[in-house]
Amino acid sequence: MYEVIAFYIFAISTTILFLITVMSKNVLYAMTSLAAGMVMISGFFFLLGADFLGVVQLIVYVGAVMALYAFAMMFFDATKDIKEKHQNPALVFLLGGLMAVVFVVMFSAPIIGENIQALYPVGGAKDLVLAAYGPEMIAGNTHDVGLVLFTKYLVPFEVAAVMLLVAMIAGIILAGKKMDYSLTECEASDKDLDDEILKGAGQ
Amino acid sequence: MMEIGISHYLILSGILFSIGFMGVLRRKNLLMLFFATEVMLNAVNVAFAAIGNYYGDLSGQMFAFFVIAVAASEVAVGLGLLIVLYKKYGSLDLDVISSMKG
Repeated sequence: MYEVIAFYIFAISTTILFLITVMSKNVLYAMTSLAAGMVMISGFFFLLGADFLGVVQLIVYVGAVMALYAFAMMFFDATKDIKEKHQNPALVFLLGGLMAVVFVVMFSAPIIGENIQALYPVGGAKDLVLAAYGPEMIAGNTHDVGLVLFTKYLVPFEVAAVMLLVAMIAGIILAGKKMDYSLTECEASDKDLDDEILKGAGQ
Repeated sequence: MMEIGISHYLILSGILFSIGFMGVLRRKNLLMLFFATEVMLNAVNVAFAAIGNYYGDLSGQMFAFFVIAVAASEVAVGLGLLIVLYKKYGSLDLDVISSMKG
């Protein structure tokens, strides 16, 4: 009963919030509604018994990614409304609507493979933890995730770690150049810089 | 009331993915385009978690973790590129930035 109510509340709020994200003209509204929608998405993970995934969603998406977006938004002029020129809005809506119908049908098609066996069943770590530490140490989903992540998915995990390192270095290199002058007043500061150089050459 | 099954989650995931897809099609500002891709990634994560829950399998959650890692690195690199583009063109509008004809 409560699951049904929670599902519909989360479903309706995520849909509305993401629609605001996609349709809004203001960057600030879009970003705020995206953050709120991601909080609501983590609610689905808690409903589905994926507690650790829900916490990671909150920390990584709502914490880190949105902070990064907010930080990037300060570089650009976020107070103005964004003007977007649409050459053929009817065509975009037609194509988008058609693709939407295809996606929903694809995602909701009856699942073939009724006899699929779970490779890494939920609750697999329970016996191990029980034997090693006793019943008071069982943490449920977190233990399961840790066991599977550091045995079967260890190589992808390490590759993901290297990928994050590469992304960090790339971000620093791309964003770190010429940090000393303002972006939004780029031309003005360029002119000032040129003037200063000319003055320096004259003296 | 009806029991919430996997099809509820999958239909919701399809709807959210379609919303993000519409955003990718109609947005002309690069920052807003990034927001739309985040919506699509989140929709796929919900589908992964729901299918993993349906089969009692942890692989769905694992793939959702890796999707989150990919999304985080995508944002780091993408925002760096956006800053470079903004320095070069003074705008994030795709019509201004695009250099190819057609």
